[in-house]
Amino acid sequence: MTITRRQALGLTAGAAAFLTFAPRISFAATAETDAAIKAFTGGATPTEGTVSLDTPEIAENGNTVPVGVTVDSPMTEDSYVESVLILADGNPSPAVATFHFTAMSGAAEAKTRIRLAKTQNVIAVAKMNDGSTFMDTKEVKVTIGGCGG
Amino acid sequence: MAKVVKHVAVLFAGVMLGGSTAAFAGGPSDDKLVIDDEIEIITRTAAPEGHPLDEVISGWHYRTEETRALEADSFQNPGMLYVERGEEIWNTVDGAAGKSCASCHGDDGEFLKGLGANYPKWDEANNRPINIELQINACREANMEAKPYKFDAADQKALTTYIKHQSLGMPVEVDLTQGEMKSWWDKGEELYYTRTGQLNLSCATCHEDYNGNYIRADHLSQGNVNGFPTYRLKQSSMVSLHNRFRGCIRDTRAEFPAAFSDDLMALEVYVTWRGSGLSVETPAVRQ
Amino acid sequence: MAAPKPRVKVPKKASQGEVITIKTLISHPMESGQRKDKKTGELIPRKIINKFSCEFNGQVVFSCDLDPAVSANPYMEFNAKVNEPGTFKFTWVDDDGSVYETEKKITIE
Repeated sequence: MTITRRQALGLTAGAAAFLTFAPRISFAATAETDAAIKAFTGGATPTEGTVSLDTPEIAENGNTVPVGVTVDSPMTEDSYVESVLILADGNPSPAVATFHFTAMSGAAEAKTRIRLAKTQNVIAVAKMNDGSTFMDTKEVKVTIGGCGG
Repeated sequence: MAKVVKHVAVLFAGVMLGGSTAAFAGGPSDDKLVIDDEIEIITRTAAPEGHPLDEVISGWHYRTEETRALEADSFQNPGMLYVERGEEIWNTVDGAAGKSCASCHGDDGEFLKGLGANYPKWDEANNRPINIELQINACREANMEAKPYKFDAADQKALTTYIKHQSLGMPVEVDLTQGEMKSWWDKGEELYYTRTGQLNLSCATCHEDYNGNYIRADHLSQGNVNGFPTYRLKQSSMVSLHNRFRGCIRDTRAEFPAAFSDDLMALEVYVTWRGSGLSVETPAVRQ
Repeated sequence: MAAPKPRVKVPKKASQGEVITIKTLISHPMESGQRKDKKTGELIPRKIINKFSCEFNGQVVFSCDLDPAVSANPYMEFNAKVNEPGTFKFTWVDDDGSVYETEKKITIE
């Protein structure tokens, strides 16, 4: 997938128009992102901490941005991370991926590469086997190439 | 005027990056590229005689830490998917003669070791330089009795990537004493310094005068070609050298020459020479 | 590209109870469904890998639901705790219903 500069600008304009009318949520996520978080947590507001996102401060190209997530958990049969939801709140659709762990995962860590349409927040929400939820947010600046390249 | 432009570029870079990473903001990084902790890649070397710059630097140094890391791990490098595909093609029979590349050249990679580091070469039969893509097509027609690949066909890119990868780490060296290579080099040099397009840019404007600076958010490299075909994050696929040449010329808003035309073959001879001594990095990973 | 081809990297051996790192990559364009065909102006239909899973001796170790925002040639890196020798089975599910699979064995030293 290639996101052209024009599309990126269009998205920015759209998001700006949207924010003018939408009520602002604590971390300024879009309503769609907030709904996705609530659907994942069963309505609960996640606590900061325990989960941490590893993203570059600046992505050279929005088509391939490395993202890593680590959850502080013993990963035993009694206490483990069930899943981690990754969202990107400035994309046409915020859903990125959901990792599902088990006690056999050994460590609650995963990495992948994602597409970001523009500079925006990447969000990770972790759900533990006891139902508690945690969240981390990182901003990634997406640069736009030089000449049409 | 030139000085003003430079200042604007540097200032812009500072704004973009908030001055957070010094190595990134100014000039190339001083990192070392060792693939899989095994294969040392020559990414900086003394320029060959007659080169306008003192040091030849691979485009790898101009990329962010994350992009550099992708190339340093052959598993994470998505270009390796195309190397594997290229190996399959190498060993697959095609054409009326019932042959594969491996039928004549073997399947152990011995024949290919170092070969990709020494192209383009002089092609006596056609009285012009020949590159890997044209060599593949010549073999397909003459020996395999198969159709030549169209420019940038997926199989052409994968096979070229596989062939070049067999010289990973070996220094690029073009033999200008063969045939009329020197006169093609001269023609390539002339093209390199000729301003074209509505933006009135030559290759040298960006890649010689302003390498290390920014053109909007792009960190300009020396434009060396030792990593082609290159896995480009923008396309999420392999990009061939002549595709990149055409893209650059298009970006100056000029009419661009056909792939493998005399102009682009001359440019390939000259630009490959400019990167003499750098290791073959194929498949390099770039933005 | 030809048919999607998986690549996986798993250590050949581990000590009992060791947590190992597994890396996977598969060639796939991850067509997002949001891109237009430059010639016709029509939307190119979505075609992505939507599910990945890793099992060890029949038990799920790690899985992932993928959305169109995952990059082309999807890469996954995760861990597994190895208590016994056995076989890792990796599965990728395509939107068109195709399933791509590969396996790797591991021994205990």
